[in-house]
Amino acid sequence: MAQHGEVWVYAEVDDGRIADVSLELLGKGRELAGILGVQLGAVVLSSDAKALAVRLFAHGADIVYAAEDARLARYTTIPYARVLTDAIRERKPEIVLYGATPLGRDLAPRVASALKTGLTADCTDLQIGSYESAGRLYQQKLMQIRPAWGGNIIATIVSPDVLPEMATVREGVMHVPEPVEGRQGVLVEIPVALDSECDFVTLLERHTQPRRVDLRSANIIVSGGYGMGSKQGFALIHELAEVLGAAVGGSRAAVDAGFVHADHQVGQTGTTVRPKLYVACGISGAVQHRAGMEESAKILAINRDREAPIFQIAHYGIVGDVREVLPRLIKALKGKL
Amino acid sequence: MPLRIIVLAKQVPDTKNVTGEVMKPDGTLNRNALAAIFNPEDLNALEMGLELKERYGGEVIVITMGPPRAAEILKDSLCRGADRVILLSDRRFAASDTLATSYTIAQAIQTHLMPYDMVLCGRQAIDGDTAQVGPQVAEKLGISQATFADKVLEIDGGRVRIRRDLGRAQETVEARLPVLLTVPKSANSPRWPNARLLLKNRRARSGFEIEAEAKRQGRTVDQVVEGLQKKGLFIETWGAEDIAADLARIGISGSPTKVKKVESVVLAGRNLKLYSADDSGVRDLVTELVEERTFG
Repeated sequence: MAQHGEVWVYAEVDDGRIADVSLELLGKGRELAGILGVQLGAVVLSSDAKALAVRLFAHGADIVYAAEDARLARYTTIPYARVLTDAIRERKPEIVLYGATPLGRDLAPRVASALKTGLTADCTDLQIGSYESAGRLYQQKLMQIRPAWGGNIIATIVSPDVLPEMATVREGVMHVPEPVEGRQGVLVEIPVALDSECDFVTLLERHTQPRRVDLRSANIIVSGGYGMGSKQGFALIHELAEVLGAAVGGSRAAVDAGFVHADHQVGQTGTTVRPKLYVACGISGAVQHRAGMEESAKILAINRDREAPIFQIAHYGIVGDVREVLPRLIKALKGKL
Repeated sequence: MPLRIIVLAKQVPDTKNVTGEVMKPDGTLNRNALAAIFNPEDLNALEMGLELKERYGGEVIVITMGPPRAAEILKDSLCRGADRVILLSDRRFAASDTLATSYTIAQAIQTHLMPYDMVLCGRQAIDGDTAQVGPQVAEKLGISQATFADKVLEIDGGRVRIRRDLGRAQETVEARLPVLLTVPKSANSPRWPNARLLLKNRRARSGFEIEAEAKRQGRTVDQVVEGLQKKGLFIETWGAEDIAADLARIGISGSPTKVKKVESVVLAGRNLKLYSADDSGVRDLVTELVEERTFG
């Protein structure tokens, strides 16, 4: 069997903490590293990189590669790309994974271009498998699985002849395994060689707004679509959510119609969720919406149209007008819970 | 200070209308079976370029890489106010992934369009949604980048101040020129083609259309090109040799990523339990959900 290099996860730092998507990737990375029989590395660049290693070990990293330098206090493209590219050239990992966040999608293509290697954007699944081309069999390659053409197709992409194999992965689609507190690993400092390229781009100001809603950590989500009819009609969604202790979600159509703020949007261009229960009210279930919620453990759909695609993926369904069914459901729940 | 602004544009299949019939057996998309449109966010990039030209003076050059028919979006660009348009088209460019595409575009810029001040492109194209070509072109050109750039605040003394909209965060950054920006749809509302320019540019022709045009007019190819150039109606058309491309880095040989397979999304069809919409149906549903411990 061929010798493989390590599996690496680029550990994104968001306001001084490791981003959730990086922890999700460590979970997947552990699985891939296990199949390949290699170690899992996490690369972290920050002015405070070494202090973040503990959390990366707890989430499954065997080795943490830390680049610690005051010039890396905030993400800027060229310095980060340079340090990461140098580390990859030096250590030759087999696979490098990034979150498909605004930062990951700024950084990863730059690194791929410098290394002249392949990069697949916005994957929703990763597997190890084989690939055959022109009579040649490539084994234990990274299968990079992603939706394309507006979510109408699922493509499996491979980079058979180049290393490292690289992909960005959509936030929220992979599970974060329970951390093992106190888990040990090897901390390796990586060099930071930067010159005048540091001042190509200067960050002058940064404002962040907290999300109005945390859909990803909700156990139950009650989501409304265009079928709620109006902003007033959407109030039933808030009412049902309150009874269930659920978070409020919305389809793109509901957001576009102004029924609910864009922070609540579930789907391909919104948040990907996998709650224990997803209640879809007046949502037809277009492919872009399903892409963001079909991994939910249970799905309850309430819609007037029996033919709506949402019923194809639902576990429970009521065919009826949401404006009549929801008040009944709220009443029945108040009696039971 | 007049600016030379290069806009990267792509003609894309209208992915809102993808059906099973437009997939070829090898899993690639039969683009001819779909309506082809100007990638929406590339129109935002063009609009940003045209507004900058209005503010600071200079020229807007639009480049696209694609089959001969991609000249359609270049004609459209001329009608919206672009000064010069370039079609990168060669059979050997076909099946390029983002790495080969960015090499080809960067090569065209470096061989013919130096020096420039800014490169603008849409945040991403609606066919692949990768958002990779912009940063990869910037890397190949050795210049800095600002993705999600929705406003150019000021250009002064070889530096540009830019607002970036990252959804949950907004940043103001200052970059040294030249710089590449990727432009999201929130940046602006693209102007419509101008009636006067529509009239003028309906006679614009790419290199692929010249021979037929010459035959029609009973003139030589050179005469036709010269005539079009004089009127600013010639769509410059460059192949691999014109941009001194390394053949190992273009098209399928320059593309490290391969499509292993493509599947249409099929709905799983779960065991749906349907309940009636009346009070008793709703009560049964709630009882079931409670018994199944669905509420946690």
